[in-house]
Formats: sequence, structure tokens, C-alpha cells
Amino acid sequence: MSAQELLALADDELILGWRNSEWTGIAPFLEEDVAFSSIAQTEIGHARAWYELAAKQLDTDADSLAFDRQPGEYRCAPFVELRFVPDWAQTIARHWLYESADAIRIQALMQSDDSQIAGLSEKIDREEAYHRMHADMWADRLREEARFQQAVDELWPYALGVLEPDQRDRLCEAVSRDPVDAVERSTHTGELAPLWEEMTMVRRSVPGASW
Amino acid sequence: MVTAERVWEALAEIPDPEIPAVSLVDLGVVRTVAVDGDRVRVEFTPTFLGCPAVEVMRGQMVETIRGLGAEPEVEVAPEGWSSDRITEEGRRKLRESGFAPPAPREAGPVTLLRIQTAVHRCPYCGSEDTRLDNLFGPTPCRSIRYCTSCRQPFEQFKMI
Repeated sequence: MSAQELLALADDELILGWRNSEWTGIAPFLEEDVAFSSIAQTEIGHARAWYELAAKQLDTDADSLAFDRQPGEYRCAPFVELRFVPDWAQTIARHWLYESADAIRIQALMQSDDSQIAGLSEKIDREEAYHRMHADMWADRLREEARFQQAVDELWPYALGVLEPDQRDRLCEAVSRDPVDAVERSTHTGELAPLWEEMTMVRRSVPGASW
Repeated sequence: MVTAERVWEALAEIPDPEIPAVSLVDLGVVRTVAVDGDRVRVEFTPTFLGCPAVEVMRGQMVETIRGLGAEPEVEVAPEGWSSDRITEEGRRKLRESGFAPPAPREAGPVTLLRIQTAVHRCPYCGSEDTRLDNLFGPTPCRSIRYCTSCRQPFEQFKMI
């Protein structure tokens, strides 16, 4: 895989992990506080693993890739940039759509000829199984709710943009929706820059800090 | 010169940073130990990729191997960890410290149905009458269950 492809994966997981972590301490109830915090932690762990592979190709390290690029250089899908706190319906709609899309992407990577990519994907898939169970449980609970349905409608073009065009049919099938024009990875929303400001603040103010 | 057996014994003395009752060897995170003269190469695999204890584990292994007079090389193994790698000894120690050991994962994907139908025994009273409270817990490797017999919530190692 090219470094740019690895960065797209890593950036998706890092930025979504960051968005998930925004529920820490303020989720609707304690179980979800724990769940979203734990999911955030594993997503960021996956980001680190992908950054480490990209870093070998680019002769740098994972932290530099995660924190030292400018917002415009990130390759994440606009879908993961959107800030939803305190809207639970939108949060669950994205969680469910993203995990459905991510499963398709990871399943494909598990077939990679590169044993390192295939092995890492297999490990990530087993961890993500817990995210999918959680997302599916919530989607089942909210399926009849108008606010949830509206959020899924609004986010659907963004969700398709997580996947390469040749994988999108599988997502349509998985979530029983018709294809539409996707919001592609080449663009960014206005919500990435403020996230980046916050996410990189410590690193920018204390260069070389470690803990 | 240090032997692989001696290295394994020493690594078996290192407590897990988050659950000190079990060692890194009990948890099954140490995959291979290879001795080549004064150099000792250890491959280990974190329970979860996002585990914050990974660097602590690595540091402890490096220090332990240096303590044996050898030059350590500690690498993350490409194969992923599975909860089936926890040893019998590790399962016993977990249970004694109030953590329910994982149900066997064996082959096939882990699904909600499997988690809900597998036998999960309360580590406090031994009852099988327990229910899933939260898929997620205080660390990525644990879920929360509740024992309906002794009315005690407990931490359940995830099947992965």
C-alpha cells in the first residue's frame, strides 16, 4: 500500500477517534461514556498502527504524521470531521454508517498480498467487531426514530466517501440504501481546522514534549 | 551466557501494568524469545493496539533482559493477540483477583449472540447467572457484566 493510502486510513481513525472522545464525561449515560471513550482509544490505537507503517515509507515517525502536518494535508474523509456533540442521533448515525463502511474496507485489506497489511487488518477487524456490535445495537434501538432516520439520510453521501468507488456497492447492500453522489475524500469541511487547532495544541506549544 | 529458558522465567516475573496479578507470560503477550550470543530478541503482541501499557511493557522487558546481562531487542510481533493465548495459570490468577477470564474464542467471528450465549461465570460467587452490562469497560480488553446471584458487577476479559 502507498503511504498516501495508509495515511487515509490512519487519518480517518485518528479524527473519528478524536470526535468519539468528545463524549467522554458528557454522554447521555455512564455506559455510553465508557463505551465512546473506549472506542476512541481503540480507533486511535489503529491510527497509530497505520501511521507507523506509513512512517517507515516516509522515513518519519507516527507522532509527526499525526500531529505535524497542516490541516490541508490530512487525507481523512469529510465524514469523520463533522462535530456532532451534543446530538446523539447524529452521533449514532455516523457510528453505525462508519463501522459498516470500515468493515468492508478492513475485510478487503485482510486479503492483501502484503502479509503485514493482512495481519494488521485481521487484528484490527477483531477489535472492531466490538465497535460493530455496539453500533448495531444502537441502530436497532433508534431505527424507528425520526431524528435518527433524518441523520442517516443527511450523512449517507458522506459515508459513501469513506470507501473507494469500487467498494460502495457493498455498503449500499450492507445498510440497504441506494447509491448517491458521495462527498469525496479530496475535500475538507470547515470543521477540521478547529479540531486540528485543539488536537495539535500541546505539540505545537511544547515541541518535542513526551509523556 | 543467558538461555532462552532463563529469559522466559524472567519475563514471567514481570507483572502486567494494568492487572499486576498476572504476568506478561500469563497473558500470552510474549510470542517468541530468541537468544543469539549476548543478544536476546523478544517478539510480543499487545492485547489491543490502543493499549496504553504497550510502551510500559516494552520498557520492563528491556530492563529485565539487561538485568540478565544481555542486549535486548524487543519488537511488536505482526500476529495479533487473541484472548485464547491467556494461559491456564493466567486464567486462575485473573479469577482470583476478581476478573472473569474470557470465554474461548476458538474459530469464527465474535458476535453479540456468541457473547450473550457463552457461559460467563461470576469470579466472586461462581454463578453462571450473569448478564452483559456494557461491551466496554475501563480498558479496551474488558467488558462489564453483572452477577444476578450475588448482585456484584464484575470485569470480564473480552473474547477476542
